[in-house]
Amino acid sequence: MILLWLIVVLVGGGLLAWLAARIHPLLCRWISLAAVLVDLALALFEASRHLSSGNAGMNTWFEQVDWSWIPQFGIHFHLALDGLSLLLVLLTLVLGVVSVVISWSAHIKALGFYHLNLLWILAGILGVFLSLDLFLFYFSWELMLIPMYFLIAIWGGERRTYAAVKFFLFTQLSGLLMLIAILALYFAHYHATGVYTFQYTALLGTPLSPHTAMWIMLGFFIAFAVKLPMFPFHTWLPDACAEASTATNVILAGLLATTAGYGMIRFLFPLFPGAFRAFAPVAMTLAVITILYGAILAFSQTNLMRLLAYASISHLGFVLLGIFSGSGIALQGAVMTLIAHGISTSALFIVAGSIEDRTHTREIGVMGGLWDTVPRLSGAGLFFALASLGLPGLGDFVGEFLILLGTYRAHTAMTVVAACGVLAATFYALRFVQRAFQGPNLRPWRLPDLALREGLTLGAMMVVLLWLGLYPQPVFHTFAQAANHLPALWR
Amino acid sequence: MTASDMLALLPLLLIAGSSVAVLIAAAVGRNHAVAFGLSLSGLAASFCSVFFVPATQVTALLDIDGYALFFFGLISAASFAVALLAYGYLRNRDIDKEEFYVLLLVATLGAMILAASSHFASFFLGLEVLSIALYALIAYFGDRPLPVEAGIKYLVLAASSAAFLLFGIALVYADLGTMDFARIEHILAANPNPNLTLLLPGVALVVTGIGFKLALVPFHMWTPDVYQGAPAPVTAFVATVSKGGMFALLLRYFAQSGINRFAPALLVFTIIAIASMLAGNLLALLQSNVKRILAYSSIAHMGYLMVALEVGGAIGASAVVFYLVAYFIMTLGAFAVVTVLSAEHRDADQMEDYRGLFWRRPVLALVFTAMLLSLAGIPMTAGFLGKFYILAAGAAAGSWALILILVIASTIGLFYYLRIVVILYQQPGDANQPLPLRMPAASLVLAALTVILVWLGVYPSWMLQAIHTAIGSLL
Repeated sequence: MILLWLIVVLVGGGLLAWLAARIHPLLCRWISLAAVLVDLALALFEASRHLSSGNAGMNTWFEQVDWSWIPQFGIHFHLALDGLSLLLVLLTLVLGVVSVVISWSAHIKALGFYHLNLLWILAGILGVFLSLDLFLFYFSWELMLIPMYFLIAIWGGERRTYAAVKFFLFTQLSGLLMLIAILALYFAHYHATGVYTFQYTALLGTPLSPHTAMWIMLGFFIAFAVKLPMFPFHTWLPDACAEASTATNVILAGLLATTAGYGMIRFLFPLFPGAFRAFAPVAMTLAVITILYGAILAFSQTNLMRLLAYASISHLGFVLLGIFSGSGIALQGAVMTLIAHGISTSALFIVAGSIEDRTHTREIGVMGGLWDTVPRLSGAGLFFALASLGLPGLGDFVGEFLILLGTYRAHTAMTVVAACGVLAATFYALRFVQRAFQGPNLRPWRLPDLALREGLTLGAMMVVLLWLGLYPQPVFHTFAQAANHLPALWR
Repeated sequence: MTASDMLALLPLLLIAGSSVAVLIAAAVGRNHAVAFGLSLSGLAASFCSVFFVPATQVTALLDIDGYALFFFGLISAASFAVALLAYGYLRNRDIDKEEFYVLLLVATLGAMILAASSHFASFFLGLEVLSIALYALIAYFGDRPLPVEAGIKYLVLAASSAAFLLFGIALVYADLGTMDFARIEHILAANPNPNLTLLLPGVALVVTGIGFKLALVPFHMWTPDVYQGAPAPVTAFVATVSKGGMFALLLRYFAQSGINRFAPALLVFTIIAIASMLAGNLLALLQSNVKRILAYSSIAHMGYLMVALEVGGAIGASAVVFYLVAYFIMTLGAFAVVTVLSAEHRDADQMEDYRGLFWRRPVLALVFTAMLLSLAGIPMTAGFLGKFYILAAGAAAGSWALILILVIASTIGLFYYLRIVVILYQQPGDANQPLPLRMPAASLVLAALTVILVWLGVYPSWMLQAIHTAIGSLL
């Protein structure tokens, strides 16, 4: 039942916050924060209950809710939690708290509706991580779009309409292709067994001809590839990031990509092992292209948000590589990268947003010498830039190292090329630091430094990254539980 | 005709009776509220009667089965909503109001006859009853240029398409010697390779007549002009009840006459479906008038319905009916918003009328958003499940090409729905918008439609069950 409450609290909290905004703006903010914190507490309680009891290696779901929803189609309302979803639920809620906190002081029009969208998109993301019925999964997958669309289209920058529509069209078209794939799998399962069901566990063993399996897998893959985003379907992300507000960017870059990575791990290989293997070389090639292409474009951007968006694309290429390499170690690295990238990229977007709030520009060329006037903000920027370029001791390093290690055994050439992406990350991350924070303060900028609220938020994110970098074992341990019942990757 | 036949006809008789009652009341003394009240009670009584009327075949003409009763309920409920919209719309305008309700009831009767007809004669009767009432309804505001133009256009085109239909029926009759759908099925089943010389042109001409009414490509030319010119409540009626009644007939014709055994007929329907989906959505992109956008979008929606119709079988038929229910709700909802926002002298059909609506009337803007997202097929709305059902029907039959085109077309469609949605949330340009009239009845309709829209989108089991029962009597 806790799983249901996780979603209900967010949906209900969103509605309450919307109504409360008419009474007092502060009440609306507090209600949103309370809703996300309650959810985080529930998730932590769930984590402590199942991980400390020592039976984490068991081959079962921690917790399930399963009700018949639309019996005519065999659709169930089926939520379940395992180690993988637990990790990502925690990430979602941590970033949820962050996004509510960083919207605190900003002047936001239609405050209530803003918080409604913020909480509902979190609810949709939780729905994606928890659904074990493919219809429910698709339902949540699509439901994430509308709040995100509003967040970009109403509270975005100058070209917000273009960015929001582009985002929506890309994800909607790819989502519909996934729906066709889900339906194809549904009927294939019916023809094989005579049972109409969308249940993940039932569909796992569906016998498919290699040809059919490949087409169905591609339907899923394209939806995940667009959301990740993978080259050549990535063009919506820089546009969206360039226009969206800071909190929106936290969710956009930190969480939506995570849903895509999750989908690949949860559905692609377990449902279509044969097609997955056959497709792996293509996907890995695309992953390597994504890594390098993202890095090169990040290097040449002048708009700070676009730079971060391309950097994010480059990092997510590693996730794709890790998942398709078929090695268990690389898969662990991919999960680690999803989490660490979620934190570090979100933090970078917060830093960038803070710079923009103060300087009113997103152009790197106009900045420079900020360290003189905002040392704390600049220090935070340097920290997260180093995390992002893969400094040992921080979370991103662990993830990308494991991905390269695992992939090396499967495909040496790809690994070598991908490793160049790590090198390129050094260039664009340091270029950002040098251009924005170092050098002479020519303007000269005289700006207020980080406030306590911002400082605490970024500080907490630094602690998490350090923890992931120095003691990643709890993450691996938790994921190992899920990996036990994800079918063993290719041997 | 026995007493039980009369009882079976009760839903139709109640509508016909209330239209006469409105006429007599207006002859005694004109009173808008009385005419409105009589119409509403007639429609409500007809809706309620659906639940206990026995299912029988009444003469060769009308088959009052579970399927027909389902559509009687749907059509009377939709007309009820249109009447509520029309009340507020007419009240503030200087025009004779009572005849509007008479025409509305007569048109509703025509659509119901279509839904129940199992014979070409009743088909034609229902079509004419519906069309003739519609000519007058569309041009009801005779002092404005646009409605008159729309009315005349509809009159000329509908009359000529009816002539095509009649000729088609004559050819089919000349060949097979019957106009009864079930008998046609019987004859065709006995003779798998019939002589197509007369039959094929006959069927093609019948399809022309049906295609015109449904505004399928290439018979869609009248739609944008009529949608734009007609008063908003009438447009809602044309888009829902008139097309719904005709689609109910088409589905019955498909299921009972076995016409889908002919490969040429199926090919024609496939081409029509694809052309409607693509042309409807692409042409909508070029429009800047909200009513015209909705007109082209309705062409595309009819195309989606054709996809499910082609699939056939129980799943295809259920998908058609479910989608029609969803289409009724969201189309009525969209036009209800247009009605509510309309000023005294013109309908709110310009994009400018909607700019920044969210900041002026947030609830209305959210309701309109819900309707548009449902038309686009986004989850939590009836439109999503409708589209899901059609895709499922297509996947079950393995018509991958058709559903792929559907997916692409609906993504194109998303683009123009989003254009309207975006405008709702932009900063309002100028503050002196014409003040909309107060319409409590229409707000009630909007609230009810929104609740049903989301209810069906989240928990559709009861409706699926009802449709399953209704379809059971058809196949």
